[in-house]
Amino acid sequence: MIDLLNFHIIPGLVLGSIYALGAIGVSLVFGILRFANFAHGDTMTLGTYITYTFIHLTPLYGIVALPLALLIAVPAAMIATGLIVLIIDRLFYRPFRNSPVIIVVIASFGMMLMIRSSIEMIWGPQLKAMITGIQPPWFFFDTIRVLPKHVAILIAALVLMGIIHYLLSHTKIGKAMRAMADSPDLARVTGIDTERVVKATWMIGTALAVAAGVFLALDGQMKPLMGFSVLLAVFASAILGGIGRPYGAMAGGLVIGVAEELSTYPWIGDGPLLSPGYKAGVSFAIMVAMLIWRPNGLFKGKVF
Amino acid sequence: MSVLELTDITGGYGETEILHSVSMRVDEKEIVVIIGPNGAGKSTAMKAVFGLLNLTAGTVRLNDKDITHLAPEQVVRKGVCYVPQVGNVFPNLSVEENLEMGAYVRTDDFGPRIQEMYELFPDLRTKRSEAAGALSGGQRQMVAMAKALMLDPKILLLDEPTAGLSPKYRGEIFRVVRDINSIGVAILMVEQNAKQALNIADRGYILVDGQNRMDDTGPALLSNPEVGEMFLGGGTDKAA
Repeated sequence: MIDLLNFHIIPGLVLGSIYALGAIGVSLVFGILRFANFAHGDTMTLGTYITYTFIHLTPLYGIVALPLALLIAVPAAMIATGLIVLIIDRLFYRPFRNSPVIIVVIASFGMMLMIRSSIEMIWGPQLKAMITGIQPPWFFFDTIRVLPKHVAILIAALVLMGIIHYLLSHTKIGKAMRAMADSPDLARVTGIDTERVVKATWMIGTALAVAAGVFLALDGQMKPLMGFSVLLAVFASAILGGIGRPYGAMAGGLVIGVAEELSTYPWIGDGPLLSPGYKAGVSFAIMVAMLIWRPNGLFKGKVF
Repeated sequence: MSVLELTDITGGYGETEILHSVSMRVDEKEIVVIIGPNGAGKSTAMKAVFGLLNLTAGTVRLNDKDITHLAPEQVVRKGVCYVPQVGNVFPNLSVEENLEMGAYVRTDDFGPRIQEMYELFPDLRTKRSEAAGALSGGQRQMVAMAKALMLDPKILLLDEPTAGLSPKYRGEIFRVVRDINSIGVAILMVEQNAKQALNIADRGYILVDGQNRMDDTGPALLSNPEVGEMFLGGGTDKAA
């Protein structure tokens, strides 16, 4: 039984909080700009590589220990990636603001390929590691086994979600984001500066994507396809939570992450229920089922 | 002096022309009502003020300044607030958050203004932290009006504020419209309940097929037999 906790539930929660951070961004962009942003996964990758550059190609890592280096490099990468995304928005999405949605969806699809190719050209296609060396796990009560990086990821994800909650419920720009998600037309005639709200949405969604990407890299490896490979799970999380609803996305991410990990537990017999290679299929199956039976997400009615 | 003046407005949505050379004006501290049959372009005339329409001719002037080609958020900043007929509150925001959004362009402390709104609409004070979408139609309409008043506008545009409301709330809305007007806000409103609306109106315009048909003072229109036949008769309006 303890294996279930150590090897499935805890890693599932870690994976789930990574999906959740990605899904909040997808949900915010969908709620406010009304399109499914295919480039979100590759935004995660871009942010991860920029963080990597800040850590390994500057003297930062030599001066301070890794956790502190990350605490400095990740926020810097959030801002840098956010600015890049703002430029992308200005050049590739804003001209289509009043066009049919499918046009900007396809634009984001093209952007996805362009970002990924740029990453391969700048940093190369090979695997990289954000951190090297093996970390011994921490033991609690002699049986519960947790990797320190998992603890760090879970805490950081919780803090970020707390910040997002504060932003959406207590700040003027956060409330304006919710207002615009409710009704863009009314937001305009109310005098809300909608382009400013759009910029804030990109910055916030990108910041969370960068965090998600870095956590993913800490949990595994860095490669140009890393963001794209979780895009499906991120979309599934956003849909599960009811797309356009950031709080739903948080819950959806955790559910998908845990479900994926639980699917490989030996529930019947000795072997895993589902070969780990098919894990991604779980989120796909959940997404399809949701779209058929509960297209508004698990939490109908309540948006924020 | 006119607060708002529309001159020979022609235009519509996309290619479809709905308004043909419509003119109207609202003077300071006036209540002006637009009535007319369905599809006459009443709401469209209101949207023209807000830059939500493709205008092919005509001008909109606010205090003698041309605002014809301003974007909606700029019109708001000039002191014109607009309450659309439907979708006029943010349903997932609380009542108080709706009011805060109404004050979005304000940079000063608008806390006292929110309190004033709760005094004008006492029902809202108890519902302040409830989602606006969960309120009754009449209360939602009050949120929408309070939200529009947060900017202390010079003129308030109301698009069928009593549509779909019970007679009790209808009377309440008309009372509030008069209250708002009495503190110096000019009002331009589209109304289906023509009799009640003309009762509180200084002047009225009758639009038919996107054209001016008639304009006169409220009492004159009320007593005009032609108007009576067209819009007021049939005893449909018991609440008046």
